Amino acid sequence: MTNAYATNTLRFDPKLCNNCGMCIEVCPHGVFAKNGRTVEMVRAEACMECGACQLNCPAGAIGVESGVGCAAAMIHAALTGRKEATCGGDTESSCCSGETSDKTEVPCC
Amino acid sequence: MHRAKPGLYKLGNPTPDSPVFVTANYRLSFDELRTALPGIDGFILVLDTRGINVWCAAGKGTFGTEELASRITSSCLGDAVKHRRLILPQLGAPGVSAHEVRKRTGFLVEYGPVRAGDLPEYLKTRKATPDMRRVRFDLADRLILIPVDLVQVLLPTLGIAVAFLLIGGPLASIGAASAILAGVVLFPVLLPWLPTPNFSTKGFILGALVALPFVRAILMGAPASVWIHHGKILALWSRTGWAAVYLLAMSPVTAFVSLNFTGSTPFTSRTGVRSEIFTYVPLMAWILGAAAVLGVILSILG
Repeated sequence: MTNAYATNTLRFDPKLCNNCGMCIEVCPHGVFAKNGRTVEMVRAEACMECGACQLNCPAGAIGVESGVGCAAAMIHAALTGRKEATCGGDTESSCCSGETSDKTEVPCC
Repeated sequence: MHRAKPGLYKLGNPTPDSPVFVTANYRLSFDELRTALPGIDGFILVLDTRGINVWCAAGKGTFGTEELASRITSSCLGDAVKHRRLILPQLGAPGVSAHEVRKRTGFLVEYGPVRAGDLPEYLKTRKATPDMRRVRFDLADRLILIPVDLVQVLLPTLGIAVAFLLIGGPLASIGAASAILAGVVLFPVLLPWLPTPNFSTKGFILGALVALPFVRAILMGAPASVWIHHGKILALWSRTGWAAVYLLAMSPVTAFVSLNFTGSTPFTSRTGVRSEIFTYVPLMAWILGAAAVLGVILSILG
């Protein structure tokens, strides 16, 4: 049985890296580390595809298809045909029980 | 009211040299920041994330480059401080492009620690340790998620339990509720210790374990009071069949509930969860279907 989390969409091009280290600062799972004159991926499989590294890399060396790893959101989107929602709940972890002022937002659940 | 009003707030008695902290207008985000900084003089720039916490808002983009840039301008932050540095929570990074903010506002974004509680230590050196930058998901973090999920499933679980009570009797009712509640309560607790790397397979294993007492009770015909059909205890072949029904029905239910816990964790990737869904949800459906078919056959025969 394969590990569903063994691969992800994180891509890093060391040739473009300018060694600023922002990716190391923003990654919540320690995927990146300094290696001499560039950065390298040391734990790529730990990536949760939050997209922080891609957004904060000024050199464009990082690419990832960011999104929310939430089964409920994806299943709901598949069943209702709407686009996948992102988290918006009132607590740090609950899916989407929170209020939204923008009524055009797609409810998660 | 869960929202704070967006804008610039004073913390203590700040001067134009005092640090600027940025947070979301979700009440708890704001309060946690304030209480983590006792005795510190500074400014707090509250962004309008529509009352949603930092990480979720960052994912949505509301705790983002655009809102930060416009809030800096509208709050006249540049007049309040001489320096041009902002301290952002690290978990705001999925929504904020530090170099973009610099370009647009002249303010340099510093990502502070993940946890506000580490701020006092961070402020001493303005350098975060690797541990400060790592998101954790310890037992305590997992436990606090249970009440919210429990409250959400309580009514549906009750309804399902009642339905099964009517069509299958008390044991079926308890079995159905147990399968669901195992996923909601036991799975978060046992997550790191259940074998296999996928939530679905961990859930299948947990569901099978929870089904075991039921399997045992059925095979032993005990307690007989819950296992009398039309005034007589069922034959062994029939009980074996029913034991299989319980195992085949409960396991995928717990697996499905467990799979849905992915949305509450800070480490499952979208790619991984997608892979899990496509690999295991059909399997869950097939196994549950087989249990239903077997149950119908046994009901007819018995």
